[in-house]
Amino acid sequence: MPDAQDLADAEVVYRRPAALTEVQMRYCPGCTHGTAHRLVAEVLEELDLIDRTVIVVTVGCSVYADKYFNVDAVQAAHGRGPAVATGIKRSSPESIVFTYQGDGDLAAIGLSEVIHTAQRGESITVIFINNAVFGMTRGQMAPTTLVGQKTTTTPRGRDPQIAGMPMMVCELLASIAGVAYLARETMIDPKTVRNAKRSIKKAFQAQVDGAGFSLVELISTCPVWWYKRPLEAIAWIREEMLEQYPLQVFVEYEA
Amino acid sequence: MSKRVMMTGNEAVAEGAIAAGCRYFFGYPITPQNAIPQYMAEHLAEVGGVYLQAESELASINLVYGAAATGAYVMTSSSSPGISLMQEGLSYMLGSELPCVVVNMVRGGPGLGNIGAAQSDYWLATRGAGHGDGRCLTFAPHRVQEMYDWAAEAFPIAQKYRCPVMILGDGLLANMAEPVRLRERQEPPPRDQDWAIGGRRNGRPRRIVNSLWTDVPVMEALNIRIQERFEQAAENETRWEEYGNDDPTFVFAAYGISARICKTVIDRLAEEGIRARLIRPVSLFPFPHKPFAEWAQRVERIVCVELSMGQFVEDVRLAVAGECPVDLIWRTGGVVLTPEEVMARVKELL
Ligand SMILES: Cc1ncc(C[n+]2csc(CCOP(=O)(O)OP(=O)(O)O)c2C)c(N)n1
Ligand code: SF4
Ligand SMILES: [Mg+2]
Repeated sequence: MPDAQDLADAEVVYRRPAALTEVQMRYCPGCTHGTAHRLVAEVLEELDLIDRTVIVVTVGCSVYADKYFNVDAVQAAHGRGPAVATGIKRSSPESIVFTYQGDGDLAAIGLSEVIHTAQRGESITVIFINNAVFGMTRGQMAPTTLVGQKTTTTPRGRDPQIAGMPMMVCELLASIAGVAYLARETMIDPKTVRNAKRSIKKAFQAQVDGAGFSLVELISTCPVWWYKRPLEAIAWIREEMLEQYPLQVFVEYEA
Repeated sequence: MSKRVMMTGNEAVAEGAIAAGCRYFFGYPITPQNAIPQYMAEHLAEVGGVYLQAESELASINLVYGAAATGAYVMTSSSSPGISLMQEGLSYMLGSELPCVVVNMVRGGPGLGNIGAAQSDYWLATRGAGHGDGRCLTFAPHRVQEMYDWAAEAFPIAQKYRCPVMILGDGLLANMAEPVRLRERQEPPPRDQDWAIGGRRNGRPRRIVNSLWTDVPVMEALNIRIQERFEQAAENETRWEEYGNDDPTFVFAAYGISARICKTVIDRLAEEGIRARLIRPVSLFPFPHKPFAEWAQRVERIVCVELSMGQFVEDVRLAVAGECPVDLIWRTGGVVLTPEEVMARVKELL
């Protein structure tokens, strides 16, 4: 047992980031929403942005993110986060504004808002959680659901003849001139977590620099609606999700 | 120092908003109100404001939502189909207790309808703010000067009651030109609301703008709070105008453009010795029940005139509460009543 003096002398190497509250997160075991929260929180602290930041919380399993992030928060209607964020940024340009959106929120109901926000080169950051399902509403198909993936609304697996092919959001946004930083990352081992954090940091730095729109897509787990154990979910990302959604930095700006 | 200039209703409501301190406008083009965004695009830049053309009315109202959350005076405008799209955002603004001003220059409907003058969004304007328990406070000017004046009044009212305020016009009021007496443009008030977000600067506790309350008694309490504000608004913001004979045999009920038609009819009837009066609600929600309840005791009938198929008359009948007959004269689909038509139909009733 270390004594009090040892503790006082010890260097803190891991603690709760200041940008997270003490509230216990309510994500399922093995869900990477929590990892994504932590990475964003670490970045906000490291860039010294906590006191300027507004999170735009959207509708999905992360709907309680306003309770978890220790920053000002605005709740947006399903899919409208980027429009709400734009309204905040335009009327309060000193604020650092980011949306935190799932793939149902961003790629289904909110696709128009995110594309036009990117097209305007709006100086906001989007954290995009792609878990290939609607988690919150009990595992229905999302535009990002893989071909053949069973969901509660594709009980025989996603059939491209019926539901088309998976929506590739980064590829879609990559051609838009207003985009300053765009990357797809995942969080399945220390290396990919580090890379994800690096991209999140660059995305927020792009906003600080006023370079334009930034978005990081995070390929995430939803063990519950993938009908998998947490480790199987990680393996499924490595084997299936990354086949469809290769990790890549699509756009980087010149600082 | 005030000066008089010729302006359309669209221009007047836009200039009135700027004069009141509105510095943010987000909108999407739709006839018959295109001159509002055009005016804002031209003139907000002069005062350091922001005009942004949204990709849809869904986006417009959510841009408004974001700017409103920072405590800014913010406005959007549209016409009927666009207002339908804004219902979601209006509901979220009510639930999050955010103020804004929305102008609806009503056109013929339903569907894509036409660009004629209509009043067929009365239910949408006085009942609607999307889903849930709540509405917009709604005011209906009937002259271009009033458009200008109400734009200015609407912002502090929205702030006071923390809800969207709708200014209801129509295709005619939007595009007719009349002289308007202008005031000096004011600076926006400080954003010192204790709910405004933008970053917890200077160490203040963080703030959350939210309409999600999964704890049902908390949600009920919010609805009660909103309702109490509406009750206060009913006490303080109920407005109406009366016009015409002080000892009438019957009373017209009409708002907006229909009220102007009724004023002409009243003057012409007076020449024929027929005594008529007008009650013109200016606030549609809160609705001015009192003058209707009072005049209903003293006249033979109340004749409701509206450019919709019996929407406004429902509120009149509620206010009259069976004390006298209530008749309805209407045209719809963008057709505007003429004074002659109202004269003829009223004479059949008398
Ligand atoms: C207008 C509207 N339609 C539908 C819903 C229901 N709904 C809530 S969350 C959700 C999907 C969320 O999925 P996603 O964005 O992928 O987030 P996840 O839960 O997977 O993190 C839906 C359809 C809603 N809240 N609002
Ligand atoms: S349902 Fe899926 S996305 Fe939602 S918390 Fe559970 S694992 Fe995460
Ligand atoms: Mg999802």
